[in-house]
Amino acid sequence: MKANNISRLTRIRTRSAWAFLAPMLVVLLVVAGWPLGRTIYFSFTDASLDLISDARWVGVRNYLEYVDFGDGEGRYYGLLADARWWRSVGNTIWFSLVSVSIETVLGLIVALVLNQQFRGRGLVRAAVLIPWAIPTIVSAKMWAWMLHDQFGILNDMLMRVGLISDPVAWTASPDTAMIAVMIVDIWKTTPFMALLILAGLQMVPGDLYEAAKLDGVSATRVFRKITLPLIMPAMLVAVVFRSLDALRIFDIVYVLTPNTDATRTMSVFARENLFDFDKFAYGSAASTLMFLVIALITIVFILASRMDLEGKNS
Amino acid sequence: MKLDILKRLGFYALVTIIVLQALFPFYYAILTSLEDGQALFEINYLPEALNFINYQSMLSGGVFGKQILNSVFVASVVVIISLTLAVTAAYALSRIRFRGRGLLLLTILSVSMFPQIAVLAGLFEVIRWLGLFNSLWALVFSYMIFTLPFTVWVLTTFMRNLPIEIEEAAIMDGASSLTIIRRVFLPLMWPAMVTTGLLAFIHAWNEFLFALTFLSTDGQRTVPVAIAMISGRSEFEIPWGNIMAASVIVTLPLVALVLIFQRKIVSGLTAGAVKG
Repeated sequence: MKANNISRLTRIRTRSAWAFLAPMLVVLLVVAGWPLGRTIYFSFTDASLDLISDARWVGVRNYLEYVDFGDGEGRYYGLLADARWWRSVGNTIWFSLVSVSIETVLGLIVALVLNQQFRGRGLVRAAVLIPWAIPTIVSAKMWAWMLHDQFGILNDMLMRVGLISDPVAWTASPDTAMIAVMIVDIWKTTPFMALLILAGLQMVPGDLYEAAKLDGVSATRVFRKITLPLIMPAMLVAVVFRSLDALRIFDIVYVLTPNTDATRTMSVFARENLFDFDKFAYGSAASTLMFLVIALITIVFILASRMDLEGKNS
Repeated sequence: MKLDILKRLGFYALVTIIVLQALFPFYYAILTSLEDGQALFEINYLPEALNFINYQSMLSGGVFGKQILNSVFVASVVVIISLTLAVTAAYALSRIRFRGRGLLLLTILSVSMFPQIAVLAGLFEVIRWLGLFNSLWALVFSYMIFTLPFTVWVLTTFMRNLPIEIEEAAIMDGASSLTIIRRVFLPLMWPAMVTTGLLAFIHAWNEFLFALTFLSTDGQRTVPVAIAMISGRSEFEIPWGNIMAASVIVTLPLVALVLIFQRKIVSGLTAGAVKG
């Protein structure tokens, strides 16, 4: 009788679980699932901005198509044969690799500093958080002004120190445009990295350090043999999160270095085609490919880390 | 002994560098925003002018004020809706065992990692179809894609860590799940809700891509797009003073929030990511 009651209770609770989840799931379906499906569908059509609903199925033409000019000549068209697209892919990957690497190193340094006991630590932590809180667009604008070729304070600083002899056109020159984008991104997101690594550092038990100190182990050895291995999991998660974020970068590039081949990323390429060039279907194809790349990385990450989704260990 | 002093000096030098690099761009934006005319183009490291003309010109037109209100409206409504939807969902995901729970959490997590651009084309169609183009509700609607998974995820982690005993008595008394959420969990969840709400607010306040795409007139824009759109007649007439004044205006509230809720923000950020 009692067991019966409990199983009835479980049934009621399971039913209420789905009732509780329903509103959220419906919203996510309408706002994420459906639009994603439509984007993928558009990538196989000839949709244009004004005639979205008249889209007709055209197969994989937006991705790849061989056009025969007759007399044995022909050319490949489509996204997979588009040098501009591959340049954007290259830019995005290069940007993500460099920025995330530098952010990890700088974040680690900041985290190690914040993990020390010293006067004014709270204030330093608050100061470090500020770049994170500043809207990306505002950061981009602030740096655009600081990186200004004629009146920028950065050129002035570097010239005073003697690192450069002539002003650098940071955002305008193709050689430095990507560096400018990276500078802004690194400045803005290092705090996030530092906080995640700091959380990992604070979980390292203090007696481990005590023991090492008693044994007279050098500081660098303690860092390499104790600290680093223990914070590795937290650091990896931070790196993956940041990488996924970096791969979809849009704002900084759009504001800081608009219309430059040197910095065009996948997101910028996709949006440009969708809304500025009236190649809605083509832009959808770019969005779809980008989604596939990021989805693949996410799945690999989730499988590799065997995440504790059910919360069994907590 | 000497080495010790050197070490301490080195450490504090590092601390100084960290603080300076974090604060300098914002400091310089404030400094620039207080300059006008020729003074703008003379590089100085310390404030030399205290001229509020840029602030006046930004705020007097009325458009920028409207845009700030737009941002406040969108971010607040987004926070309220996503918290409401997330509390019940998080309860189900953390306190009730049912089949498919792990998969569901996985799906929610992957949505939060979605590249926004992947849904842009489809969302554009939905928003036009709903007649929401150039309406603030278009943003409220589309921002759910990042605030909802995030709030659900963080609140689920938080609720999961509450002891089972707290609801046992209520279940035995035959209280409905909704009552349990309202009476037992809500009072305990305020800290977590403030944290996630704050982070969701900042996300929504800063969002750019959707706001750029789904709004088309000046009066409807939110502040990030408004700032990105401030331009002069030519490249040589970009009103840097105005841009910096606008930047300072929209950033100051955020900086204040960060300073006040520092601890909460740090714990919310790390709960959202480390556990994920």
